[in-house]
Amino acid sequence: MPLLAIAALAAGTYAFRLAGPVFRHRMRIPDRLQRLLSVATAVLLTALVATAALTQGQGFAGWARPTGVLVGGALALRRAPFPVVIVAAAATTAGLRLAGLP
Amino acid sequence: MIVDMRSFWRTLDRGSLRDIALVCLADAIVGASFGAITVSGGLRPWVPITMSVLVFAGGAQFAAAGVVLAGGSPAAAALAGLVLNARLLPYGFTVADTVGGRWWTRLLGAQLITDESVAFTLRQHEPRQRRITFWTCGVALFGCWNVAVALGVLAGAVLRDTGSLGLDAAFPTVLLALVLPSLADRGTRNAALAGAVIAVAATPFLPAGLPVLLALAGLALARRPAATAADANPALEVR
Repeated sequence: MPLLAIAALAAGTYAFRLAGPVFRHRMRIPDRLQRLLSVATAVLLTALVATAALTQGQGFAGWARPTGVLVGGALALRRAPFPVVIVAAAATTAGLRLAGLP
Repeated sequence: MIVDMRSFWRTLDRGSLRDIALVCLADAIVGASFGAITVSGGLRPWVPITMSVLVFAGGAQFAAAGVVLAGGSPAAAALAGLVLNARLLPYGFTVADTVGGRWWTRLLGAQLITDESVAFTLRQHEPRQRRITFWTCGVALFGCWNVAVALGVLAGAVLRDTGSLGLDAAFPTVLLALVLPSLADRGTRNAALAGAVIAVAATPFLPAGLPVLLALAGLALARRPAATAADANPALEVR
C-alpha cells in the first residue's frame, strides 16, 4: 500500500474530524445526512465481511474460510469475548483445512 | 440519557476510569490483530504502523488494508476508508465545544475523535467533566492503539504459512464483530445485506476494491426510521 494512499486516507479522515471543531458555529449536520452516514458505514463493513469471507481474487475462497467466519460471528452474537471470537474463527478454518477442505 | 448524580460533580469517577481502561484493552486486542493480520498477509511493517498513527480509525484501517490485500487499487482502498470515516464528521460537531476554543486544542483534539471517545464524552453532562473525559479517553486510546499495533506487527512478522493457521478468516471476523451491533436496526440490516449480495455478485466481474464500493447501492433500501429526529440523533439532543 503506497504512502500516497495512506496520506490521502489520513488527510481526508482528519478533515472529517476537524470540520466540527472549526465550523461549529457556522453550520449544522442535517439529521438525514447523519443517518445516511451511519447506515453507509454498516453497508460498507458488511460488504467487506462478505467479500473477504467468500472470495479470493475473483473466485470462491473455498468452504473453510466462510465457515470459520460464521463460527466467529455466532460467538460474537452470543457476546463472547473478542479474542475468543477471533481465535475460534481461525481455529475452525485451520481445522477444516487440516481435514482436507480447502 | 439519565444523569448519574453521584458522578456529576466529580472530575472522573472510578467507574468511568475503569470503563475507559476496559475499552482501551479491547481496542488494544483489535489493534494487535490489525498489526499481525496485515503483516502476515504481506504488507510491509511500516504500513500498519503509519496508518495507525495517521488514520487512527480501526474500521477504516482494516477496510483499506483488506482492499489492498485482496489486490485492489490504492485509490479504492483509500476511498473505502474515507466512506467509513465520514461518520466522524457529525461526531466532530457533537464534541466541538468539548474539544476547546484554542486553535491548538482543536488541531490536537480532532485527531482523538473516535467512536469510543465521543461515546464516553456524551455520558458526561458537565462541560469540565466532558473535557476531562474526552482528553483522558482520547489520549489513552491513542497510546494503547499504536503500541498494540506495533506489538501485533512484531508478532505477525514471525508467523509463517498463515493459510494453514486460518488467519485469513480472522480479518472478516474482526469486521463482522465490529458491524454486528449496528445490524440490530432493520433498515440498516436490509441495506447491509443487499449491499453484501451486490458486492459478492460483482466480484468476478470487477477489479478488486470496486465491488465493496458498489455495495453502497444497498443504501437505497435503507428506509427512514419511523422514529423522531431526536431518537435518530441522540448525540445532538444531549448537547
